[in-house]
Amino acid sequence: MSDVTPHLVRHLANLARIELDESEVVRFTEQLGLILDSVAKISSAIDENTPSTSHPIPLTNVFREDIIEPSLSQEQALSGAPDQGQGRFRVAAILDEE
Amino acid sequence: MAKANLMDYDKALELYEVVIGLEVHIELNTKTKMFCGCKNDFGDEPNTNVCPICIGLPGSLPVVNRKAVESSISIGLALGCSIAPTGGFSRKNYFYPDLAKNYQTSQFRDPIAFDGQLDVEVPSGNKFTVLIERAHMEEDAGKLTHIGGATGRIQGAEYSLVDYNRAGVPLVEIVTKPVFGAGAEAPELAAAYVRSIREIVKALGVSDARMERGNVRCDANVSIRPHGQDKLGTRTETKNVNSLRSIERAVRYEIQRQAAILSAGGTITQETRHWHEDKGSTSSGRPKSDADDYRYFPEPDLVPVEPSTELIEKLRALLPENPADRRKRLAAEWGFAEMEFRDVVNAGLMDFIEEAVAAGAKPQAARKWYSGEIARIANSEDKDVSEMNITPAQVAEIATLVESGKINDRIAREVLSAVLAGEGSPTEIVSSRNLEVVSDDGALIAAIDEALAKQPDVLEKIREGKVQAAGAVIGAVMQAMKGQADAARVRELVLERANQ
Repeated sequence: MSDVTPHLVRHLANLARIELDESEVVRFTEQLGLILDSVAKISSAIDENTPSTSHPIPLTNVFREDIIEPSLSQEQALSGAPDQGQGRFRVAAILDEE
Repeated sequence: MAKANLMDYDKALELYEVVIGLEVHIELNTKTKMFCGCKNDFGDEPNTNVCPICIGLPGSLPVVNRKAVESSISIGLALGCSIAPTGGFSRKNYFYPDLAKNYQTSQFRDPIAFDGQLDVEVPSGNKFTVLIERAHMEEDAGKLTHIGGATGRIQGAEYSLVDYNRAGVPLVEIVTKPVFGAGAEAPELAAAYVRSIREIVKALGVSDARMERGNVRCDANVSIRPHGQDKLGTRTETKNVNSLRSIERAVRYEIQRQAAILSAGGTITQETRHWHEDKGSTSSGRPKSDADDYRYFPEPDLVPVEPSTELIEKLRALLPENPADRRKRLAAEWGFAEMEFRDVVNAGLMDFIEEAVAAGAKPQAARKWYSGEIARIANSEDKDVSEMNITPAQVAEIATLVESGKINDRIAREVLSAVLAGEGSPTEIVSSRNLEVVSDDGALIAAIDEALAKQPDVLEKIREGKVQAAGAVIGAVMQAMKGQADAARVRELVLERANQ
């Protein structure tokens, strides 16, 4: 069985800024547990010699050259912003580090 | 906010051992950003160097800047690090509007460089080896401006404005292992370490390395523990220390603050703290908490970076002379006294003097100008010497004008301030202000005669052996010449006259 607890689900919800009610916490605890248990089956097919991979395709070193390409105009950049001011995105003040 | 109690510094070191750790962020000077082709220049009009990638629009695909990878490898090699044969990027998830994606693309598990070391000399001449844990690539965040509230700071702000020109600018973060054993010199070591890093990235040409512009930024971790205790003390991480002087002051402050708390039976809160240059103190930021659960996971949009041995060796071959060797070489070439040389290094004047010498100045003359008049003016204007409006070549020009006897020291200082005021090159100023010294002996002799006529007993005194009596005549001549005479030559002429 997985280690997913209601406490962990609440913690994740808080990190993701998602508000959950108690019935959702119960439901997601169960569902996330099931998903993790399913994924955990992979571990029976690998051993310590299996390299970890983050991509299914063996592709490395995809680079671009350091050449300036056109950017968006300020108007374009801000066109999807819910709020703006002085050429910048306007957001609610959030108490955190400066 | 109540002012924190501080323990006397010497007393704190008597009771506690200091452990520091430093995180230095280097902003690379690539032409473009880390993952997109936007111009790496955040001084432009807000949100004009942005694109769907760096403002995190759905469906955009980042691609790694080859030059940024090479610069990062060069930094790693210069710090004696091993280069990871394979490394990828991860997403560091957090919600804050300085990045529009809700994550920072960074390296977590496999930093591009690891296990290095740097030898650092502090002002006393003591040397320390700082072990480097890792150097990894990441991207900078956008700039927030807080609007409203009494002071324009975040407290009480009504809203914030975000400029993403800086978002996605390539950074290399260099992290040290805990540094033990610096004792009372821990603050100086922290500053000297950052200075060395700055010298290295400047010599490599991979960063503009200007601290006042945020190209080099330092977070200082400080903890203390009673002498003999194995377990490390709880550390604080002081941010916003963006000059060498403030790094030194902030570390010192934290040692004194933590010592006062521990000796009074209190405990240190693990937290980030902010350094306030104006008050000379740190204040509590936020505690380390759930918010630090960044849930790193591999960045699916970027494939691993696997630098080839050929590339690594090519970059290794291009490394400039390491700063310690360079210091040794210059000390020998310039022939300064040990103290003089150390002062030059500690004041960050070595590069300027080297350039001035290359432009024709004698080493001692270049040193005298930089650590004397230029440093004095910079200091009085609360600026760094690098911000002064004079090039090393111009300093060399002034030194050469003095050397050749065209101007004297006093005039040279006038020329210097005119250069700083933007009036032109030293030679132009000498000619436009008509400052060249009177080297015509005839004119000097005429002025000497005039002065002697007013002080007829001077020659007699000199003949009696009171050579200092010449001073009065020299003074009068210098005044008559409006300072534009070579005082040494005037003295010679006066003494010659007395011996006639």
